[in-house]
Amino acid sequence: MNPLAYPVTVSHYLAVGAVLFVAGIICMAVKRNALGVLMGVELVLNGANVNFVAFGSRVLRDESLGLDGHVFALFVIVLAAAEAAVALAIALNYYNNHSTIDVDQADELKG
Amino acid sequence: MDHLHEILGFATLLPLGSFVVILLTGGRMAKPIAAGWIALSAIVGAAACSFLSLFLWCSAHFPRTVDHHHGAAAHADMAHADMAHADMGHATSEPGDAHAAGHGGTDSHGDRNASGLHANGPPHVTGDYWTLGRFGRLEVTIGYYIDGLTVLMFCMVTFIASCIHVYAMGYMHDEEHEIEDHEVTLSDGRHLHRPGRFPRFFQYLSLFCFSMLGLVLAGNIAMVFVFWELVGICSYFLIGFYIERKSASNAANKAFIVNRVGDFGFIIGLLALWSSLGTFSFGDMEHEDGTVRAGIFSQLRPDEGGRVLRVPDSMVVSSARAEVAQVIRELGANPAQADIDRRIAESLPAWRESTGWMGAPHGYWLLIIGGLGIFCGCVGKSAQFPLHVWLPDAMEGPTPVSALVHSATMVAAGVYLVGRFYPVFTPEVLWVIALIGCITLFLAATIALTATDIKRVLAYSTVSQLGYMMLALGVGGWLAGMMHLITHAFFKSLLFMCSGSVIHAVHTNEMTAMGGLRRKMPITATTMLVGCLAIAGAGIPFFVGFSGYYSKDKILEQAFSFMQSNGGGWGTVFFGFAAGGAALTAFYMFRMWYMTFAGKPRDHHRHDHAHESPSQMTGPLVVLSVLALCVAWGPQDAFRFAGIAAVVWVVLWLRWLASGDEQGRAILRTLGGAIVGVAVAGAVWSFVPLTLENLLEQARPAGTLPESAAVLSSAVWPSEPDSHAYAIPITLLAFGTAAAGFLLATAMYGWGTMNPDEVRRQFGVVYRFLRNKWWFDELYDWVFVRPTHVVARLAARFDKRCIDAFIDGTATVTRVFSRTWDRIADRTLVDGLVNLTAGWTHSIGLALRSAQTGQLRQYVVFVVIGVISIFVLLSFYWNPTLAG
Repeated sequence: MNPLAYPVTVSHYLAVGAVLFVAGIICMAVKRNALGVLMGVELVLNGANVNFVAFGSRVLRDESLGLDGHVFALFVIVLAAAEAAVALAIALNYYNNHSTIDVDQADELKG
Repeated sequence: MDHLHEILGFATLLPLGSFVVILLTGGRMAKPIAAGWIALSAIVGAAACSFLSLFLWCSAHFPRTVDHHHGAAAHADMAHADMAHADMGHATSEPGDAHAAGHGGTDSHGDRNASGLHANGPPHVTGDYWTLGRFGRLEVTIGYYIDGLTVLMFCMVTFIASCIHVYAMGYMHDEEHEIEDHEVTLSDGRHLHRPGRFPRFFQYLSLFCFSMLGLVLAGNIAMVFVFWELVGICSYFLIGFYIERKSASNAANKAFIVNRVGDFGFIIGLLALWSSLGTFSFGDMEHEDGTVRAGIFSQLRPDEGGRVLRVPDSMVVSSARAEVAQVIRELGANPAQADIDRRIAESLPAWRESTGWMGAPHGYWLLIIGGLGIFCGCVGKSAQFPLHVWLPDAMEGPTPVSALVHSATMVAAGVYLVGRFYPVFTPEVLWVIALIGCITLFLAATIALTATDIKRVLAYSTVSQLGYMMLALGVGGWLAGMMHLITHAFFKSLLFMCSGSVIHAVHTNEMTAMGGLRRKMPITATTMLVGCLAIAGAGIPFFVGFSGYYSKDKILEQAFSFMQSNGGGWGTVFFGFAAGGAALTAFYMFRMWYMTFAGKPRDHHRHDHAHESPSQMTGPLVVLSVLALCVAWGPQDAFRFAGIAAVVWVVLWLRWLASGDEQGRAILRTLGGAIVGVAVAGAVWSFVPLTLENLLEQARPAGTLPESAAVLSSAVWPSEPDSHAYAIPITLLAFGTAAAGFLLATAMYGWGTMNPDEVRRQFGVVYRFLRNKWWFDELYDWVFVRPTHVVARLAARFDKRCIDAFIDGTATVTRVFSRTWDRIADRTLVDGLVNLTAGWTHSIGLALRSAQTGQLRQYVVFVVIGVISIFVLLSFYWNPTLAG
């Protein structure tokens, strides 16, 4: 049985999304560089995007126009862009003040 | 005639309207004088209504001329003659019919009752304007009772009040703008500055007139009481008009409190009458259902008894309480009401005959108490001994108020009420009235002898004259008393306004600072002389005189007649004091006149600044002096006066012939015109013989004409017309006493043949006694005020020591308890719970704090772990059916 001969199903997409998501999480959890953390965030968001697109495909539903998932994905991309802009600005300002972007040292809000 | 009550009601409401208008707009008036005009137009309107109603009254019931020449016994069958006369006049009406219609309703009954001597009582109109409420037997209405007296009082009150309004607009002109009161010194040593109170003055004046008119119009005792109190409160307002002056506010309080004492008796009398008679109304009232409810007068003096005072059944029953209880007991258990009523009616005549306490018939004491109670109110209002002390102090009010209070309103109310309630008074009550009047007239006259404050002399003379009226009423002289009330109103208002004019000119009340003002103020001096002559009862015996001459002679005649009928006794005392009082009156009035107007000025500074008052003030004086002269005249008196004046004119003419100056010609011409005018008036008058005496005689209460005898003593009250038999000696005596007083005053203050200072030294003790007003104020101070203070102090001490201590103790207990409770419950329990919760929250917060490390990566791990754990939990516990 050739695995490549299998048709691509929703599960495959979900598997890719899950891998992306977990990779993003791990990246956020282990990177001490704030830019690395932001990259992890991007990965997480895109993992979610893959899921949206997968659930929005015609394979699952055909009664509607089937663009719900795609629209959500577009929203997430826009949000990600906005979030990245804000986060980078924070990172830049933090660097200006503390000369580092090591998130482990940015613990001034601890209880 | 049918509209009489509407006209008089309107006349009463006009001043009330003025009061309300000034009350609502007074503060915002651009010119305060407008308030004066409003009040003046209201009272003049009321006067117009009153004179219109007098005209209507006379056109319906023209008073019969009183016959002065019938003998002592001739009047006994007068009632008979009148009945015949009436039947002739109304030949078509059945006697019984006319009789039934004679009472109640607004209907009037023509000439049937045209004579005051009629046995069925004076013609009157009575009814209700409005029923306020019926509470079982109690019926409270706004009613009216109109007879000749009512109409006459309306004319008198509104006319004098109109004069006073005109006068006051001149007298009170200071109040139109900001005013500095020199008699009030503030704590910083300056005088009081205050805004003028011109509108307020006229507002109160209007209310005063309304109250007095309402009192005169009132058709039942309840209404009388309401207006009675209104008169009292108005006098309080006006006496205390200069409220910042301590003396004025004290005087107002004194007047008010002293009157309360009298009113206490009044309300007792009122309730005694109501509880036994079951009605408030004077006259018989016709109800909507056609039944006639007997009023007070006809219950006490029933038609069938010839209008003789009789104890009504209801009073007998309420007195014979023991016998009634006996009757009910005899009827056994649960007797029917009809049975009880029948049995009581059966035994009533027997009870009526049997005597109660002190030999008086059953119910007689109740009647006496009712009468004495009502008289007690009159004692307060009319300032009789022992409640006379407020009236002289009431001089603190502005002079126009004194004039109003002393003539037309407040004090007249008391005498008027005695006159109105005359049918209610038993001979015993009349005796008390005469005694009080006698004491008052003498007491006040003696105090007036030594007073030096011009207004106080007049105040005491008022008290004295009121004593005369009460004495007259008390010895059976209804006509004499009422006539003196009317004539006195005219000359006393005149005298007060004259004194006001003098005070206005010299700015002091003290006669010791006056003197010689005759040339400076000729009009005031002349009119005041007229007033003095009138109050002294000056006149040419048997010919013509001032108004006081007629009324005072009547009083003395009746007092003498009373003395003769009782063969001396108390009658001698009454007559002696009345005659002596006449001499005192003449003395103190002329003493006042001489001290004020004659002789040399005692205070040159004041004399130089004195001036005659403006015409607003002198005008009313002239009008009133004319009335003080002629209000009691009959037509022949006008002729006689014209005759005397003609003689004087001829003498003047002869003197003028000798000198022949131009001014004299003008004076002679004016005088001649006036004489012709008086003669013409007399001629017209003799066609319409309407005199004060006839009008009053017509209004004489039913059943008060015949001789009456006391039950508790042997005294007899003679019939009033009989007293005319003594006219000759009494007139001479009255003339003699008045002349003696006048001559003594002239000798002391006019000619100076007797030095007043020496007389004063001679009678030092008496002088001090009189000067201190018989020490009445001091006596009352010791007898009433100081004990009251002692009691008050004791009460205050009790208050502090006992009541305060009790309350303090309660407070301490409460405080201790609350402090303990605070410790136990609040601090331990409530605070403990709250603190515990807070502690928990705190420690939880501390524990959770350690989780917030600030490490971003840790947070990510937390989030992941959290999401995963939620997922795991959901997958274990999620129930898809619940999700819907």
